[in-house]
Amino acid sequence: MSVDVAIRKELRADDRSFRLDVAFRSEHRRIVLFGPSGAGKSLTLRAMAGLLSPDEGHVRVDGRALFDRDAGVDLRASERGVAYVFQDYALFPHLTVAQNIGFGLHRGWLNPRRGIHDARVRHWIDAFELAGVAGSYASRISGGQRQRVALARALVAEPRLVLLDEPFAALDPALRGRMRAELLALQARLDLQLLVITHDPADVDVLDGHTIELRDGRVA
Amino acid sequence: MDGIWVPLALTLKVALWATAINLVLGVAVAFGLARWRSPAREVVDSVLTLPLVLPPTVLGYYLLVLLGRRGVFGAWLDRLGIELVFTWQGAVIASTLVAFPLVQKAARAAFEAVDPQLEDAARVLGLREMAVFFRVSLPLAARGITAGALLAFARALGEFGATLMIAGNLPGRTQTLSVAIYAAVQAGDDRTAGLMVAVVSATCVVALLLAGWLAPGRARRVRS
Repeated sequence: MSVDVAIRKELRADDRSFRLDVAFRSEHRRIVLFGPSGAGKSLTLRAMAGLLSPDEGHVRVDGRALFDRDAGVDLRASERGVAYVFQDYALFPHLTVAQNIGFGLHRGWLNPRRGIHDARVRHWIDAFELAGVAGSYASRISGGQRQRVALARALVAEPRLVLLDEPFAALDPALRGRMRAELLALQARLDLQLLVITHDPADVDVLDGHTIELRDGRVA
Repeated sequence: MDGIWVPLALTLKVALWATAINLVLGVAVAFGLARWRSPAREVVDSVLTLPLVLPPTVLGYYLLVLLGRRGVFGAWLDRLGIELVFTWQGAVIASTLVAFPLVQKAARAAFEAVDPQLEDAARVLGLREMAVFFRVSLPLAARGITAGALLAFARALGEFGATLMIAGNLPGRTQTLSVAIYAAVQAGDDRTAGLMVAVVSATCVVALLLAGWLAPGRARRVRS
């Protein structure tokens, strides 16, 4: 499994401008993008997922070009097959836990029904011990459960690469330790490459992967 | 009593059609405006708000110029055999135009309040833009849109000026309640006029109460 990223993007807002110029390659199963806020970590992740279009460069995963300015390749976010876990999870507030997890399984114009029955959804509800809250709305469940739902929703489509944006920042310290261990245990069971962005040195230690430090929009 | 039922049924028919058309048209335009990044956006928004501030007779005059038999579109519609002046369909067009900004403004505010990250989440989960709209943006904006539609319905119920200009005052065919009230007062039939006034007032109060109950601020309080 390999990730090969080289992107450049000039961003302007009001009078300020920010230049993102990030390049890295890795075949490690855990890639950690580490740096202070404003370093360009989230922008890099958004560009990989197809939520931001770089001015130049390429994004390749396992040799498949998701974006390549020179070759004119720019796959939609919906076609990249890359999973994304948002910092505050971005769970759909109008859907139940089970509906959230099954959201991406069907891509038509209708949401899954409230009483969704699907073996894949069932599997993740059981794996993350969410059976008790499967019918609850996201606003009614705890922080740890929210993160598990976000992970389950990302994993249900069996992606090879999962991008995680500050996955532990929204959790209280006690829960943070547990969820880090849970994520590592999960990866040990699955054929999965993780790309985690964090500002927290403790995450870097625990994840023990290929750490790439970003500062002011560049690899330090 | 007979004097009331015919205009009441016609009024409800016209107001429901106008609201239905605005739900499609107003929501589509509002979604486009909420997502459109251009300086021209506020200009378009202002033009679309005009029906709210222009005198209804002015709107009616515009409609006559456009849709009348010798009008810009009217001549073309006439060849297709479509007649809008002095018909209930003309009254629908008048009510739709007058109530349009109420749906459009409410829907735009509702779409702008939807967290863009939720739409991004749907995209990375494999949804195309239309699916994102129907499965995330629209359901999350539904309360605000419904509140706007109820206001538009109430406004359409009371439409008078533009309706009179384009649809006229033909009892049983284009005479809606508000036009019938005017006719009854002119004819000195105060009892019928009073009854119709009470019906329109009560319906509008109910619609406004529902709209207020559905307004986004209230929705948040109930859910948290």
